[in-house]
Parts: sequence; C-alpha cells; structure tokens
Amino acid sequence: MSSYDHAPIVEMRDIEKHFGPVIALNGVSFDIRPGECHCLLGDNGAGKSTFIKTMAGVHKPTRGEILFEGKHMDFSSPRDAMEAGIATVYQDLAMIPLMSVTRNFWMGREPIKRVGPFKFMDFKTANDVTMHEMRKMGINLRSPDQAVGTLSGGERQTVAIARAVYFGAKVLILDEPTSALGVRQTANVLSTIDKVRKTGIGIVFITHNVRHALAVGDRFTVLNRGKTLGTAQRGQITPEELQDLMAGGQEMVALEGSLGGTV
Amino acid sequence: MSSSGAAIDERIKQTSGLRKALIRPELGAIVGTIAVFAFFIIFAGDSGMFNAQGVLNWSTVSAQFVIIAVGACMLMIAGEFDLSVGSMIGFAGMSIAIFSVTLGWPVWMAILLTFAICIAIGAVNGVIVVRTGLPSFIVTLAFLFILRGFTIFFPQLIERRTIIGGISERAVGDWLAPVFGGKVGGPIFDWLASQGLIAVFERGTRAGEPIVNGIPMLIVWALGLMIVAHIVLTRTRFGNWVFAAGGDAQAARYVGVPVARVKILMFMFTAFCATVFATCQVMEFGSAGADRGLLKEFEAIIAVVIGGALLTGGYGSVIGAALGALIFGVVQQGLFFAGVESSLFRVFLGVILLFAVILNTYIRRIITGER
Repeated sequence: MSSYDHAPIVEMRDIEKHFGPVIALNGVSFDIRPGECHCLLGDNGAGKSTFIKTMAGVHKPTRGEILFEGKHMDFSSPRDAMEAGIATVYQDLAMIPLMSVTRNFWMGREPIKRVGPFKFMDFKTANDVTMHEMRKMGINLRSPDQAVGTLSGGERQTVAIARAVYFGAKVLILDEPTSALGVRQTANVLSTIDKVRKTGIGIVFITHNVRHALAVGDRFTVLNRGKTLGTAQRGQITPEELQDLMAGGQEMVALEGSLGGTV
Repeated sequence: MSSSGAAIDERIKQTSGLRKALIRPELGAIVGTIAVFAFFIIFAGDSGMFNAQGVLNWSTVSAQFVIIAVGACMLMIAGEFDLSVGSMIGFAGMSIAIFSVTLGWPVWMAILLTFAICIAIGAVNGVIVVRTGLPSFIVTLAFLFILRGFTIFFPQLIERRTIIGGISERAVGDWLAPVFGGKVGGPIFDWLASQGLIAVFERGTRAGEPIVNGIPMLIVWALGLMIVAHIVLTRTRFGNWVFAAGGDAQAARYVGVPVARVKILMFMFTAFCATVFATCQVMEFGSAGADRGLLKEFEAIIAVVIGGALLTGGYGSVIGAALGALIFGVVQQGLFFAGVESSLFRVFLGVILLFAVILNTYIRRIITGER
C-alpha cells in the first residue's frame, strides 16, 4: 500500500480518559495516514465514541499524547480540531432536515458578499459550489434549495462528507455512518468513502459491522473495554477473527455456535 | 454502487408547481390575507373601512401586531418562545412614564434608558434559557409574572395609581419622542387633499386640513423592522445561524455556529420589538397603564404561526408573520366596521390558529419527507 510510505497525519499515543472513577479509555494508540481508511471497530461501550471525541477535540485526554502532522497538539475545543483539519461527521446530528442543502452545506462557514457596508450571504456561489461538490460525490440534486429532509439517510451522510472534504479536512472521522442505513444506501456511503480516500484524505471509519469495515478498510483497530486489541492490515485478518476480537473472544464463539454462524 | 449518471430517480414523482408553492411558509398567510380582504370588501366595503381614514385605522392596528410578531418570529425560528412580551410592553411603557413624568427626566433619556433596561431583561431571559437548558416557555412565563407584578407595584408605590399620564406634555420639543409618536408624509397628504383625493375636515378649528395628515411612525417602524428582519433572516450569514439554531442546536454547534449567542440575541431583539411597541403606544396615548400589553405575547405567537413558522423552530418567514399580523388587524377592525360583535374576534383567533397549525404540520411533513 502506497499510503504506508507517508507519515501519519494524526497519531494518538497511549490515550487514557477517565470520567471520575470510570476509566473509559485505558491506553489506546492509533494513527491515521493520508489516503487510508482506518476502521475502528468495537462493540457498544467499548470506548469508540469517547476515543473519537478525544480526537475531535470534544474531550481532553487524561493522559497520553496527540500528534498532528508530527507536532504535539492540544485541542481545547472541536473548533480547534476542525481548524487543524480534523472533521467529524456524526451519525444523526449531521444535517438539519428543514434547511436547504446549500444552507446545511455552508452552515457555520457561509460565503460573504459585500454590498456597501453590508455583508450578505453569497447564495450564488454557495449554490454553485454545493451542486458541483454533490455531483462529484455522485448525487444529482433537483435544486440546491431542496430541503435536506427530502434526501435519504445515505445522501445526508454524503452531503456531510462532501462538506467536510470541501472545507479542507485532512482527516475525516465518520461515526457509524452506515449503522442506520439500508443495503443500497450503505453501498453508496462506502463508495463515497472510497472516493474521498483516493483524494488523499485519511478516514477514520467507526463501525461495529465487520462486513462494512472489510469492504473499504485498509487497516483495522479493535477496541474492547477501553483498550486496543491490536491493529491489523487488510488481508491479514479474516472476518471471523475480527468479529471475535470485537466481542471479546470466547463467549462469542459459543454464541455463534448456537446461532449457526449467522452473526 | 453509486450511479453517477442517474439524474432522475424514477420513483420520485415530479412535484407539481402547486406543491412547490405549498412548501413556502408564507403561502397560508397569503391565501388568508386575500380571503380576509375579499370578505370585508364584500361585507363592509361601503362602511368607510377602505377610505383613507379606515385604511389608516386598520393599518395602525396591524402595524402594532407586526412589530411584536417580527420579534416573536425571529425568536421562534431560533427555536424559542417569549411569553413575557405582553408584560414587557406594560413594563416598558411604565418605565418611560416613571422616568419622564415622576422623575422629571428628559423624555429621550427615559426612552433610551427603558430600551437599555428591557433589552437587558431580554438578555437575562436568553442567558437563563441557554445556561439552564430549561424550556423558554417556563423561563419567560416566570418573567410574564415578574414584569407584570413590577409594572403594577412601582406606580402604586410611587404615585399611588396604576396609570401615569402627562407624557405628551413632557414630550413637546423632545428630539427622540417624534421618532416613535410622530407622523411622516404630512405634505403628501396635504397635496392629496388639495387634489380632492382624500377627505378634508369641513368645519371646526382644523377645517380644510386633511382628515389623514400623515403616516404614524408606528407603521414606519413596523415596515422597517419587517424588511430588516426579512433580509437578515434570508440573505445573511446570521440568518442562516438563526435557522440552524432552531432547526437542530446540537448539529449547529458541531459545525461551529454560536448557538447560545444567536438565541440570546434573538431574546434581546424580541425585547427590543416589545419596547418599540410600548414607546409608540405611550407616545400616542400620552399615558402608561399597568394593564397595557395583556395577552400580546399570545397574539404575537398566533400571528407568527399563521405566517407559517413551526412552533418547534427552524422554519418560518418574517413576511408570513407580518401577513399574519395584517390578517389580525384587518379582522379586528373589520368586525367593528361590519358591525359585528367584537368578542367574536377571539373566536376567529382560536379557529384560525387551529387551522394554521394543522396546515403547518402538514407542510412540515412534505418538507422533511416524514410519513
């Protein structure tokens, strides 16, 4: 893989996060390189959310170090992380359904046009760019005024991804983008991930679905009870092994047996 | 996988023009406005409702509604309510009266100080809502009582009465008072009268002067607030933030929209609108009463809802709210012109509110694709 020639964009070293007496993360190391899709797998409660929120600047790590392009970083807010180039697309909080695609796309970074002393939002530029960026992702909008609510779940994720890419994300964190989607929409989102990866952006793909991870992932890191259970390269690990790692080994083997290997 | 060539999904029905028009928030209000005017032209067309004086009459009443509806509309789109608007109107009026009449300060100082106090109270409303995360319904309900209580308490304590008059005398020669209580366009009306286009007084001390001798500043304020609010909401970055804050505060925060600041500013704007209303009213009547502004908060909210805004926030239109306010003014005064018992106005309010909410809910389903 060519991507391994590059130095990591973000490197998280021995991250610990304590919430009072609860140890949510207990020494997690993770890195993300340009143009790769690094899947972060784990069952519910494994610490995936806490971990990505630490990376996105929402939480401050209790211990450990975050390196961004080789330099020590100390994000004090999501805004800091965003400005550095770490964009997060949250599963259900990505879009506002009542607002138009354009308004959503530019939310928080509206382009400005000056008319005398007044500053207006430049809707022409905003609409043109939105249409263009969406077309690049394979979605043809009827009109940029279309409310996001009329889009499917997969298309909404795509708008959010397109937005992050357009605004210069170097690392894109996708929080369970496929978990609420149907088969076809999942395929669309996975192909979007593939397109984005090819532009040199590093993708952190959080999921608990092994199949989705294997479809696009270059590397796989499994979290269990706040710890990393190792990182595997593509082709070095089978779906069954991944599944076992996620669920914590033994019990899952027994469970799977009783379910006839369908999980 | 994604088929980038497929431009049109065959399962999406082509939306008709009607359906497209239907998802504009103002549609209901436009239809309502036309219906109301048609009704009164038919039933009260010869009662004087549509001569210069009649038009001025219902425009002034409508303008009052517009001023508070614009504030309530922006706030509702930002996802919050203000139930203290009515009490704020009473409070602001009383504050001007106490400063100018009781304390004898210049009227301009009384007005500016009152604006500062009321906008600060609006900010307090906003800060409490944003910081505690409590529903604005409860927080501003508390202020409904707090402000009304003070509005009755202070004049009783100081002047032993609940109505303070004498403001008109104090306002003579003041530079700021005419901005709220004055009239504009006098020469135009003189000219119209000289051309015989509008009626003139036929006897008395003002014989020969036009019956309508200018447009009250109240109407100018209403139009001004409406236009500015509409442009800010639909054409600026801040407007986008207002929609975002009301549509989904969390999603807006994630992309860096300063939701708390937007909401607090909208509470302050609502307070500003209430104070404009109060100042115009005090200048017109020359007095302040402790019972002024009763139920105005609900009338503002009804006008906004008729205008197509969703009670849950994130969607609505200032123009719609202004049309909702126009419907109010025209119906309230029109029933009088048509000689109908005025208590029926409240029946009308209730009925139209119900229809508007049902229509809005239906429209929301169309936009968001919910079933």
